[in-house]
Amino acid sequence: MTAVLYDAPGPRARRRNLLLGVVGVALVLAVAAFVIYRFAVTGQFDPDVWQWILYKNIQLLLADALLNTLRAFAVAAVLALVFGAVFAAGRLSDHRWLSGPATAVVEFFRAVPLLVLIFILYFGVSRGLGINVSAFTALVLGLMLYNGSVLAEIFRAGVVSLPRGQSEAAYALGMRKTQVMTNILLPQALRAMLPTIVSQLVVVLKDTALGFLILYPELLYQARFLGSQVQLGSPILPVAMVVAVIYITMCLLLAQLANYLERRSRGRHGGPDTDTVDQERAKLTGLAVAPGVSQGV
Amino acid sequence: MTVLLDNLGLYGSAFVGTVELFLVAAVGSIVGGLLLAAMRVSPVPILRAFGAGYVNVVRNTPLTLVFFFFAFAYPRLEIFDLSFFARACVALIIYTSAFVCEVVRSGVNTVPVGQAEASRALGFTFGQTLGSIILPQALRSVVPPLTSVEIALLKNTTIAAGFAVFEAGGIYQNLSERGYNVLVGLLWVALGFLILVIPLTLLQRNLEQRWRVAR
Repeated sequence: MTAVLYDAPGPRARRRNLLLGVVGVALVLAVAAFVIYRFAVTGQFDPDVWQWILYKNIQLLLADALLNTLRAFAVAAVLALVFGAVFAAGRLSDHRWLSGPATAVVEFFRAVPLLVLIFILYFGVSRGLGINVSAFTALVLGLMLYNGSVLAEIFRAGVVSLPRGQSEAAYALGMRKTQVMTNILLPQALRAMLPTIVSQLVVVLKDTALGFLILYPELLYQARFLGSQVQLGSPILPVAMVVAVIYITMCLLLAQLANYLERRSRGRHGGPDTDTVDQERAKLTGLAVAPGVSQGV
Repeated sequence: MTVLLDNLGLYGSAFVGTVELFLVAAVGSIVGGLLLAAMRVSPVPILRAFGAGYVNVVRNTPLTLVFFFFAFAYPRLEIFDLSFFARACVALIIYTSAFVCEVVRSGVNTVPVGQAEASRALGFTFGQTLGSIILPQALRSVVPPLTSVEIALLKNTTIAAGFAVFEAGGIYQNLSERGYNVLVGLLWVALGFLILVIPLTLLQRNLEQRWRVAR
């Protein structure tokens, strides 16, 4: 599509584009150079603030923090998938007394900010009710409630996007409601929604960083700790850069997986109507209908 | 109820803080997102590459990390002495722009190819094609998802509270200092956010219904 917005450039347009390109690059480079200059002036590239990276203990500390992040992610992801499946089934139920509450729960947890949820679980429940809730539990439960609700919507949208003929044919074959759901609709819906599900897992991974705010010892927490060590030269910027690289790499890898799944599902014929799937996906992730994996905010 | 009524002033000023932060960041992110989207569809390859790179990196960065940088690391660079509110705005704008850019770009993709081809046939330049033909039509499919991105932005303002900007998410600290029940206090915060988010969600669903393009 983008190539349709302009003609193949002629000599004048090529000159103009070159000029724009040079100006754009100059601007970006200027900003980057300024930032790097500030880094250098304030001594962020001095060898002694990078010395910590060689210390065995600190490497182990960071590895441990990374493990904590991944543990929170793994537990939260599994719980969120289960929560999502249960509440999607609830919302799709024919019984009002089941679908009503399920809808209310899903809408509620999607509307409340995740951080407020985590604070309610951590500060609210522990100080208000006197029940001891660890930072890990609060973080994982918060992630489960929020992302599980989003996943419930994704699962439901996947089922809704299937052609009616699928369930009609299954009923005509004499299958029961549960059989139609588990044998016919769910497998197809899962396959259609797999890229979106993986994209949502990227959101889970990103949001484990919120654990920092309730002092769960994950990557950012340790970064803050190391950054405030005066004997290491208070290397908050170098540590933050290393941690940023770790986070971005992990998320990019997961996002790449989602992209790959998306391309694969696009290349395959048959299965649910890709347009409907796109539209349903678009409604959920807040992105208009377009190829390329859309990702939650 | 007493927790709310006794601290009405606290809640009031905190939610005003939330709304202020939201409005500034919303306008900033829409402007930034439009600029990035223009770069991503422009005829200049290097700008396209920059736009794509920015979006890919920022979308895969936790917002907490962006805030972390602006809260703790930015002052070390001694560039400008920004207030915490300003830094929170910048962090939110940097992050949300990437998502706005994707919304706008995918909206551009929903306009039929014939529209752009016709405008080229009439001799319109890239700027004219985008500004007069494509974007006005793309608006219909951009606004509903844009609303969801801005709703997410509204919810993300709470992270600023974790890094100590005075707004709605920060109420719990004040309450626990004053000796009130934190759980009840936080539930009122959640309710406040529901009141802010639900009208926006309804607006978004309404727009989605009304502006659905039949193609």
